[in-house]
Amino acid sequence: MENRSFIMTLLANDKAAKWFLITLVALAIVVPFCNLMVPADSPFHVSTYTVTLLGKYLSYAILAIALDLVWGYCGILSLGHAAFFALGGYAMGMYLMRQIGDRGVYGNPDLPDFMVFLSWTELPWYWQGFDMFWFAMLMVVLVPGMLAYVFGWLAFRSRVTGVYLSIITQALTFALMLAFFRNEMGFGGNNGLTDFKDILGFDLQSDNTRAGLFIATIFFLGLAYVVSKFVVNSKMGRVVVAIRDAEARTRFVGYKVESFKLWIFVFSAMLAGIAGALYTPQVGIINPGEFSPLNSIELVVWVAVGGRGTLLGAVVGAVVVNFAKTFFTGFAPEIWLFFLGALFIFVTIFLPQGIVGLAQQLLEKRNKTKTATPKAEASV
Amino acid sequence: MSIERLCRLFFIPFMIFVLAGAAKASDMALAEVLEGLKDDSFNKKKEVISQLETIDDPRVMKVFQQMLDGDLHFQEQEPQLLVFTAKTDDGLAVTAVVSGETLGVVNKRDLNKVKVNNSLRKDLRAAIAKLSLNNKDSKVRRDAVRNMLRDIDSESVVLLRDRQSIETEGLVLDVLAVGVAIYELGSDDASLRLAAVDILGDSLESAARNALLPLVEKNENGQYKLEDRELRSAAIKALARIDAKLKYNEWAETIYFGLSLGSVLLLAAIGLAITFGVMGVINMAHGELIMIGAYTTYVVQLLMPNSIEYSLFVAIPAAFVVAGLVGVAIERGVIQFLYGRPLETLLATFGISLILQQLVRTIFSPLNRSVETPEWMSGTFEVNSALALTYNRGYIIIFSLLVFIALLMVLKKTSLGLHVRAVSQNRQMARAMGVRTGWVDAMTFGLGSGIAGIAGVALSQLTNVGPNMGQAYIIDSFMVVVFGGVGNLWGTLVAAMSLGVINKVLEPWAGAVLAKILVLIFIILFIQKRPKGLFPQRGRAAE
Repeated sequence: MENRSFIMTLLANDKAAKWFLITLVALAIVVPFCNLMVPADSPFHVSTYTVTLLGKYLSYAILAIALDLVWGYCGILSLGHAAFFALGGYAMGMYLMRQIGDRGVYGNPDLPDFMVFLSWTELPWYWQGFDMFWFAMLMVVLVPGMLAYVFGWLAFRSRVTGVYLSIITQALTFALMLAFFRNEMGFGGNNGLTDFKDILGFDLQSDNTRAGLFIATIFFLGLAYVVSKFVVNSKMGRVVVAIRDAEARTRFVGYKVESFKLWIFVFSAMLAGIAGALYTPQVGIINPGEFSPLNSIELVVWVAVGGRGTLLGAVVGAVVVNFAKTFFTGFAPEIWLFFLGALFIFVTIFLPQGIVGLAQQLLEKRNKTKTATPKAEASV
Repeated sequence: MSIERLCRLFFIPFMIFVLAGAAKASDMALAEVLEGLKDDSFNKKKEVISQLETIDDPRVMKVFQQMLDGDLHFQEQEPQLLVFTAKTDDGLAVTAVVSGETLGVVNKRDLNKVKVNNSLRKDLRAAIAKLSLNNKDSKVRRDAVRNMLRDIDSESVVLLRDRQSIETEGLVLDVLAVGVAIYELGSDDASLRLAAVDILGDSLESAARNALLPLVEKNENGQYKLEDRELRSAAIKALARIDAKLKYNEWAETIYFGLSLGSVLLLAAIGLAITFGVMGVINMAHGELIMIGAYTTYVVQLLMPNSIEYSLFVAIPAAFVVAGLVGVAIERGVIQFLYGRPLETLLATFGISLILQQLVRTIFSPLNRSVETPEWMSGTFEVNSALALTYNRGYIIIFSLLVFIALLMVLKKTSLGLHVRAVSQNRQMARAMGVRTGWVDAMTFGLGSGIAGIAGVALSQLTNVGPNMGQAYIIDSFMVVVFGGVGNLWGTLVAAMSLGVINKVLEPWAGAVLAKILVLIFIILFIQKRPKGLFPQRGRAAE
């Protein structure tokens, strides 16, 4: 109930949030309609490919919100957030693998194809239970959450901060990538998990299911946005921002800095896991490449481009940068890395507040309201 | 292999000399005997081989060797000359056996192969061994004896004994003794057998161990097959002695590999220890500077294809300068605007690393390039028969230590080093004292980058040179610097070497990938425990 009233106040007071949520609802209605109802030869028709692509962008947007919470609001630059995303994706992938049943190439009712190929005879213990949707969904949030809890507990307690933390998060995702590349791990090794057939009984290849997944992604994006907004506007959110701006002072005032950091980190990891779980069925594959350190760093750029410390910025950044990526890799793949590299440099030097920060500045100038400098003044 | 190489080195000039002397008579005799090799019958060839053994001619050795390798052919058409062949891209390069003339490159179909079967191969090996037993080079003699150890019969043991009586070289005598002992294990005289076991127990030759193993074999009931209890217990003791020594050697080898991996890590990380440790700048493009060094080596070798042997001596300064200049450009162009904002520096330099990678892909192609290894770097140093250390790893260890010492000297003894340390300790104060901090920053960054370039030269000798090679080292390098303690060069040295050794010690029982994962987890846990590394900076500089 409190949540509901929070949404009401949010809609009433925050114009940007209101328009964002309205856009999401509009997208959720218009895109599936144009895909399913409008005939294929009409100019208003949206192809299934586009629907899937948009769905992918939006699941990335959830991931970007997750990173923005820890980086933009708490000043923890995690270079391993793709690890939580991939773990969520793998949990979903495991459920989807079990759904294949005996329709695999080898026709084994229990074992996924790659296990038969490795001549394993029974399902490893950690694959047990993944045939149940609720269990898999629980794992989608629990596995990344647990990893974040253990890792964060160790790191924050011993006050590993700044670049040190960034580098060990990077080492974490690198180690996980190496581990998942191993066939012996039982996660499909190099090829990862793929060849999914259906989800909850719906055929994954059909347009209806795709549209359903798209709507689910939008729903979770909206939910993630509202909940994150709630978190950052709560008292906890204020403390978290205080930690970002002056960690030592917050500690001396009497807050347990470690616990606040830990909880925001775990919450963010869970969000990333959900994003991964939405990503896997739409893209149709999850492999160890998702753990690669490059992915985590690209993710940081989405948030930096969009504007960190503003949840909306994370969403905008994820969509804009990924749209640019699709665009560039489409007609000249070699230009993409030049562009991405230049984007990194340009944004850090000239646009520290990102697109949304810039827009805010411009708006403020136009309204001639002489407020103080933007809030996220380079403190990290 | 070494026999073959030796043939090429010594016999070809010698052959030319012989031909120049127009030793027509011996040519005729040799050619006549060789005619028999064209026969299809293996028995006929067997005869020819035993005839050839008696001819004292250096060409015989080459004929045997090439025949064994399947490189001896004769022409399809008249005059059906016997020829040596060597594979080229266009076909087979042909050289006449007797006259030594090169006859150009021909198609495989125009030649008939001199076929060999297993029994002939055995004969050929024995014949080669016999010839090489009397070679001038003691290494060739030793290898020849080793080849014979595989199966010693009453004939070959005579050869060994003959050689034993005239041999002077200690190392060759050792192997000869092993050969004779292996034969004597089968003798009827109990005391001879015991003595043989004793000799074998002192040797690290794998053949010696293999010869002892049947003596301690058990049957299905777990009882020893060998009845002679005395001989058996002697064999068990001898085997234990060998195994203990082998284990010792294995450890020595692991440590050597570990140190060489450690020195690779040291080279990769030491430049970072300067930029990250001394300046506090996170340079994610460090791996790409290593890559630039490796590509510089590649370009240098392209520019001087005829003197690969010296190319590395040109490549080292070239790589230092190229990578150093790129480093200075990065510092002046990007990093100087971001001092005091480490996380932003991290992102910007990551962008630079992407651009550099793509640049290399565009210029050189995304495929790996092969960098040649000079002759003097290849080969192995044999400590004993069970332990052979490759030269290139040894050179890398020495080289990394030299770079380390040089860097230490630059920081401790030069005015640049003094300024660098001053700026890193207190930027404001240094500036007040008249140090041009901007210039010092650029130089320090250039120095660190230049050393990354030198690391690239060394790495080009060990791994593939490709656009992604830098990424493989960046995380490891950071781990080393953080593990050792930021701002402490000695810490970097200790960290690199210990991580290298730990990795190699773990590898045999955990596998290469798992060992790496374990090391990463170890470091992650270690940093939690001691966030400032093994050797933290103390005092004011720490904050």
